Parts: sequence; structure tokens; C-alpha cells
Amino acid sequence: MDDLDEMNSPVSPISPQKRRHHDLSQDDDEDEDALAEFAMDEDGDQDDDFDGGDGEDDDDVDIDMGNSGVFSPVVADRDRDKTHIVSFTVHAVPAIVETQTREANHVATLLGTQPEHAATLLRAFRWNKERLIDLYFNDPDATSATAGVILDSRKQPRPLVVPGFVCDVCCADDDDLLSLALSCGHRFCVGCYGHYVETKIKDEGESRRIQCMQRGCGVIVDEKTVEQCVGKDVLAKYKDLLLRTFVDDSDFYRWCPAPNCQFAVECHVTPARLARVVPTVTCQCGTTFCFGCGATGDHKPCTCWLVKKWLKKCADDSETSNWISANTKECTKCGSTIEKNGGCNHMTCRRCKHEFCWVCAGPWSEHGTQWYNCNRFDEKEAVEARDHQAKSRAALQRYLHYYNRYANHEQSAKLSQELHSKTEKKMSEVQANSTLSWIEVQFLRKAVDVVVDCRTTLKWTYAFAYYLARDNQTALFEDNQRDLEMAVEQLSELLERPLEPEADKIAELKRVVQDKSVYCSSRREVVLEDTAKGLLEDRWKYNTDAQPAGSAGPSGGGSSSSA
Amino acid sequence: MSNLSTKRLTKELAELQKKPPGGVTLESADNLSQWVVKVEGAKDTLYQNEVFWLRFTFPSNYPLESPEVVFVRNIPIHPHIYSNGHICLSILYDHWSPALTISSVCLSILSMLSSCTNKERPPDDSRYVAHAAKSPKQTNWAFHDDTV
Repeated sequence: MDDLDEMNSPVSPISPQKRRHHDLSQDDDEDEDALAEFAMDEDGDQDDDFDGGDGEDDDDVDIDMGNSGVFSPVVADRDRDKTHIVSFTVHAVPAIVETQTREANHVATLLGTQPEHAATLLRAFRWNKERLIDLYFNDPDATSATAGVILDSRKQPRPLVVPGFVCDVCCADDDDLLSLALSCGHRFCVGCYGHYVETKIKDEGESRRIQCMQRGCGVIVDEKTVEQCVGKDVLAKYKDLLLRTFVDDSDFYRWCPAPNCQFAVECHVTPARLARVVPTVTCQCGTTFCFGCGATGDHKPCTCWLVKKWLKKCADDSETSNWISANTKECTKCGSTIEKNGGCNHMTCRRCKHEFCWVCAGPWSEHGTQWYNCNRFDEKEAVEARDHQAKSRAALQRYLHYYNRYANHEQSAKLSQELHSKTEKKMSEVQANSTLSWIEVQFLRKAVDVVVDCRTTLKWTYAFAYYLARDNQTALFEDNQRDLEMAVEQLSELLERPLEPEADKIAELKRVVQDKSVYCSSRREVVLEDTAKGLLEDRWKYNTDAQPAGSAGPSGGGSSSSA
Repeated sequence: MSNLSTKRLTKELAELQKKPPGGVTLESADNLSQWVVKVEGAKDTLYQNEVFWLRFTFPSNYPLESPEVVFVRNIPIHPHIYSNGHICLSILYDHWSPALTISSVCLSILSMLSSCTNKERPPDDSRYVAHAAKSPKQTNWAFHDDTV
């Protein structure tokens, strides 16, 4: 369906990918050269895909032009938010504290309670305001009781001197003893409360579930009470713990995983949507991570569950068993695993003494005296044995195909640190040998960034492809992947090439590197956009290795007949 | 020993010596960190006429932290008491409350004994005892049976 929309544009019927990089290039004259250069690469396969649809497309174009003018669809397309980018906000600590207070105050007004009680209620409901309000209006008493709150505005915990009071914890009975009771009425002296709360906070790291000291009483010690009975540093620690649990509990917040980073990211992608969206976010400190699974780096286009599956597969020894089944044969009688490391084809199983032929896996007795020469390829038993082996061999080959490419891009992206420092050197060289200023040689650094980004994306496209079923969508995806990979390799090579000091060569280099960088970025954009849309539309079909959490729905696109 | 725990233990000691609850006697309290309390099986229960000893070891921040409580000398046969004297009782571990006292702990243990209907060791006794830490407080207890 989506492809049809794409073709409704007034630009001549070319592939959506191609049109999009025209869009990108509109505001930059220099890019036109690069595009001309790369049109060749694409023409080979992509024109074929769309020739068939020319007639129809022309009709669409006419209608569209009549409706909305020549450029408006393109402009609209550009202004539209990109599917593969999720919106998110980075918050510093004060802002999060404020949000917490605001939420609590809001609920307090709605329910007519003290803000500290509202906060306790919210914490018990993991800050899910809607659910809390829903349940509360159904049954206020039960809801607040399970959350550890007794709502009674007449019972404000404040230090009091109660005549004749004896603290059950320290057994003090001084006449001027200050004591505190939560709304449950269990009264203890302020000193004991202080010690107790401090132990909970400092030793156990507890904050939102500190209960009344009375045995079996589930009433939660609220913020106001804690403030009244502990010192400044403990209170600071308490507030910090509350803040941490606020972010940890909320589905819409996540701490930046970078060490010592104090920012949290707010993103409204719920766990249920993770099968269709990859919420990559970037913290103010520069760390990119996935809001869904918390992994650092950008794992688009793979969804979180595919990433988990893939990393597990790479880490566990499922491939060891695959190797065994691909490189060994089982004794046809007792099933022992045998690896042939030399010698003739007449195998005798060490365990069961069964004699068989290595080549056809059939019993040796039927071979007569034809040693070293098996001509019995089509016996049923032998065919079955070989079939099984061929299957695991193919599975192993398939895995290794994707894994090698995945690992290769990962390795290359890791080496980017080195490339960065090399490029730094090159940049100063360029400055020395030409009239270009510091700002004008930044193109090299930018190009390295582009390469790293693209390689990270490529890396995950291979994990993604491993789990895709073979269909036309996948073929299109792999075309896009190949285009990106080719472009990135070319750019990489340009960056690795030794510098030629002549001024005109440098100018040439700058032009080519910039062109390629822009082209790479646009190809990456195409891959990400296409996969993100596919996820959203449930267009991707996964193979049996995947078994997705949310099933892949019916194919939505299915438009172009691919090569 | 902090001020809080000294004060509280002195008070509890005095209480236990003056008017101990039925079936509970303080056997020895040479210092304020370890006491031994004698408990007698209640009448008309499986433990009638039996005598057991509980050893209380108090941490420095008692009563904020629970005391270590184990049976010594004569270990009762009970589905929640291991043959090394460790007791599986939630108020001694996760559900400890500073408002609990030595007498209330003793009474809880006595009532646990009283409600027993079948004298037997826990099913995993030998496995637990072979690997158990010295103090039961280091064990991660799962409290699955509230009836006994």
C-alpha cells in the first residue's frame, strides 16, 4: 500500500528509494554529482522493478498533479516525521523531581488527599495514574490499603509528647519523649523512627516500601514523616532513591546507561509496541541507546526481541552442535558421533562395531570388495543420511554467512576509533597543504561519523536478515542493504587512501568524500525508513528461526515484483 | 552495642526476669549479646513435657535488625525446624519488626510447636543441614506454609 503512495508523487516513476534521495539533494547542488554517479549502480536492478508499472503510475501522477500542484507532495513528504525516528525528551534531575511532584499533586487534587499520600499511592501503582484512579474510584479503601495508605486527613504524623507513652522499640518512657504515629496509629518515639528509617535507607536501599514498625502493619512511611525524623544526608539519599525508583518504575522513563550520567530519557513507546518500533534515543551526554531494551548503541533495524535472540545465538553453543552435525556423521546403527580424520571409507564404529561406508552411509556388507570406491549413491538409507547432513550443513552455512558479515561490520565499527585519530592527522595535513581552514576540513571527520553509523546499521541488518523469511520483501530489503554496503565500502576506502598533497587533488577529494558521505547517509536513511515502515505495517515475515513474540501479520506491501 | 539496644535489652531482661510469659524462662544472660531461653512444650500438644532451649544472639543494632534465634541442645522434631536448630519462621527474617520482643518471639515459636500435628523433620533436612551457613540469617528463606 505504501508503495502506491510513493508512486503518486509527480516525479517520474522511479523507485521510492531513488526519489527520496532526490529529495535530500534538492538543497545541495554538490550532491547532484554524486547522484549522477550512483544512478548507474542502481539502474541495473531497480529500473526493472518498475518498468511494468509505468502506465498505471502515469495516470496516478496526472490526478495527483491536478489535485495538489507539482511540488506539494514532495514537500509534504520531506516535512513528515521519519518513521524510524521516535520522539523523546531528555530530562535532567530537577525536571524529573518536578514531574514527580506535579503528578502527585495532580492525583492529590483528584482524590482529595495529601500529596504525600498520593505519591505513595502512585508508587504502589508504578506511576500508572489512570489505573490508580480507576481502581480508587471503584473501591477507595481497598485500593489505598493494598498500597499501604490509610487516608485520614485528621491523622497527620507529627512529633508529639503523649503523657504516659512508652516506646515499644527502645522502652523509653521519659516525660518529654517525642513520638510519632502514622495514620495506622502505631506510636513509636521519634528517635527509634529515625534509626529505623535510616537503617532501611542506608543499609537496605529501601525508599518507597518502608513500612510502619509494628509487626504486620503495612502502612508506608511517607515522605513527610521521613523528613521529620532523619538527618540531612540521609534525607538526600532517600530523595535520590525515590527519584531512581520513579524512573525505574515508570514505563515512559529510562536512565541513560552511561556511567555517571545523570539524565533520564522520556519516550512514549510502551513495551507492547516494541515488536514494531525500535526506539533509539540519544542522551544529552551523547550516548545512544535503545529505550526498549536499554542496550547501548543503535540496533535498528532489528527489534529488541530479535537482538536478544541473535546475541543469544551468537553467544551460546548452538552453533557447536551445528558444526558437529555438519562435519560428523552418526553411526547408522548406534548413533555415535564420528568424525572422519583420514583413512578409507570402510568405517567400523568403535562402540557397536557396525561397519558402514562413509560416503553413502549404507552398510558396508553391501559394498562387496569395492574399497575406496562407493558407487551406491541412491540407496534409500544412504540418501536419508546424506539429506540430514546436508540440511545441517546448509543451516550452518547460512548462519555463518550472516554472522561473518555482522561480525565484520562490528569489527570495522570498532576500528573507527583508530580511523578517527588517523583522520585527525589527515585533517591537519590537508590544512597544511591547502588553503582550506579548520572548519573546511571537518568534512573528513563527518565522513568517518557517517561510516560508523552506516556500519552499525549494516551490522544489525545482517542479524535482521537472518531471521527474515525468503520473500519479495526480503529481496528488496537485501537490495537496499547491498546498495548501502557498497556505498559504505567505497567511502571507507576513500578515507583510508593516502593523501595526495596537491591542492587540486585535495579539492577533488573533498568533493568526492562529501558526495559519498551524503549518498551513504541517504542510503542508510532508505534502509532504516523502509524497515521501520515494514515493522509498523507488520510487513516483515520471519522464518522459523525467529518465532516472534507478536506474530508477523499478513504481508501488506507486496507491490513490486522484485528481481 | 549502641545506646538504643543497651537500653532496650536491659528493659527486656528486667521484664523477662520479673514476669516471663507462661512456659518461657530465662536460663542465662551473662552479657547483653547472647541469651539462652528455656521453653516448655504446652500441655495437650505433641510437645507436652518436653523442654527446649533457644539461643538469642543480638546484633549491635537490635531491635532494628532481627536477633539470630536457634534451638540448642535439644532440637524439637518439627516440619519447620532443621536438625541443626535453624528455624524457618518469617518474623525472624524478612518479616522482623522492631516492635517484636524476645517474649513475643518465644511465644510465636511456642505456638508454632503447639499447632504441629505431625512430628517430622523438614523434607529437605539433610540437604539443608549439609550446606547451611552458620547463622540462619544468611539463608534465603521461602515462607510457603502459614498454617503450622
